[in-house]
Amino acid sequence: MNITLRVWRQKNSDAEGRMVTYKVEDVETDMSFLEMLDVLNEKLTTAGEDPVAFDHDCREGICGACGVVIDGVAHGPETTTTCQLHMRSFKDGDTITVEPWRAKAFPVLKDLVVDRGSFDRIIQAGGYISAPTGTAPDAHANPIPKADADRAFDAATCIGCGACVAACPNASGMLFTAAKVTHLGMLPQGQPERAARVVKMVNQHDEEDFGGCTNIGECAAVCPKGIPLDTISQLNKDLLGALASGNLD
Amino acid sequence: MALKSLMAVTGVILVLFLLAHMYGNLMVFGGQQAFDEYSHHLRELGEPMLPHSGALWIIRVVLLASVLGHAYSAVALWSRAKKARGHRYAVTKSAQGASARYATQTMRWGGVVIVLFVVFHILHLTTNDIAPGGASTSPYERLVNGFQPEFWYVTLFYVLSVLAVGLHLRHGIWSALATLGANKAKRERPLHAASTLIAVVLTVGFLLGPLSVTFGLVE
Ligand code: HEM
Ligand code: SF4
Ligand code: FES
Repeated sequence: MNITLRVWRQKNSDAEGRMVTYKVEDVETDMSFLEMLDVLNEKLTTAGEDPVAFDHDCREGICGACGVVIDGVAHGPETTTTCQLHMRSFKDGDTITVEPWRAKAFPVLKDLVVDRGSFDRIIQAGGYISAPTGTAPDAHANPIPKADADRAFDAATCIGCGACVAACPNASGMLFTAAKVTHLGMLPQGQPERAARVVKMVNQHDEEDFGGCTNIGECAAVCPKGIPLDTISQLNKDLLGALASGNLD
Repeated sequence: MALKSLMAVTGVILVLFLLAHMYGNLMVFGGQQAFDEYSHHLRELGEPMLPHSGALWIIRVVLLASVLGHAYSAVALWSRAKKARGHRYAVTKSAQGASARYATQTMRWGGVVIVLFVVFHILHLTTNDIAPGGASTSPYERLVNGFQPEFWYVTLFYVLSVLAVGLHLRHGIWSALATLGANKAKRERPLHAASTLIAVVLTVGFLLGPLSVTFGLVE
């Protein structure tokens, strides 16, 4: 199949960017979206042009690096990562628009590559537990109700891709932050720092210039890991409880 | 976060007011005496503990404070969202269903329309400075005069505004509950459904009065 691509090109974080149109021929339906971009880049490199920079690593949907906005939807028409999106989701002759995540907290470094360091700083602010080192305790020493374990595990599948921010009309990072808060807050190991954690992480989130959540739900609709929207309600509940108790360490 | 909580709490106060207000409006079907007495009672509420209209003024102050707090947080979140997006997308498409989208995408401009409506509405039916069909000391007569068929544009403005209120509440009630921590995965659909139900009841309840006047069912 033949595809027309409109891609955001931007030399570096200070440069003005613009949309550039390319034709990509002989695309196979079994190719992933990234492989289609590889085909374009080979062509550009052969012609002596600068290839389109895009982030990727695992190419199996677990690292969260490959986020781009495709035809206005984070990660494109299927609810998955870009590396797991296949060209069979498009038709011969389609024009596809590809843009980087747009958020002040995710500055564009080059073309489609953004800096997601703001997510790392949210984690650094509180997305951890403190545990004494030494021999690992027995696995059954600390029984955890099945429902809590499931909820923690579901939340823990967040890969930090940033699609939630890209899709949110407020450019809010609440789903990501809430996934981390819920993941640790459901487990006994997360209890000692629970109140302080949510306050610190939300503060850091706000300092990074993410927008405020208004419960629209675009985030959960595009999340490749199906992080549920109720994690945000859990975060709000923990936060209101922490602020009311005043017990923040 | 403080903004969102302020928005949620003031929103809940306004919804409670709307429910009471709708109940009051439906008195119009009890005839002129019932409606005017209701209005009169509002002003006697709390007497003799409070001066005449005292309770009413307390309600008004709480409502005004809620509207201001609600609008303040809305504007602050709006400008934060603009800043947080930075560069706009060339193409945007929602990944959600159409009906959720209508409600969420009209929250901000819808809110502005509702504020303008409330100003007009108070000048019309409370102070009676705007008096289509003639001023009157009877709230019932003001209402009946204002929604006569020849003032179809007044009625139309009311209808559109009430629809805007309904749309606003469809997302607003759900959002307030989620912000206050009430959402759980299993509750998400019921909460949405409850929010839609309250929105529909209020919309229909508010529309009944003016439309009944326009179509001659109440005179
Ligand atoms: C469309 C149907 C509506 C009708 C027929 C209606 C009718 C009335 C009437 C007759 C009054 C004066 C009551 C009195 O002085 O005793 C009033 C007051 C008021 N209405 Fe409505 N109303 C409607 C919808 C709304 C909506 C949707 C809102 C808010 C979004 C609203 C907000 C108010 C406020 C704030 C006042 C009180 C003003 C004050 O006393 O200071 N109304 N309404
Ligand atoms: S919550 Fe979902 S969309 Fe957001 S960063 Fe985690 S995996 Fe990506
Ligand atoms: S490249 Fe790792 S998730 Fe797509």
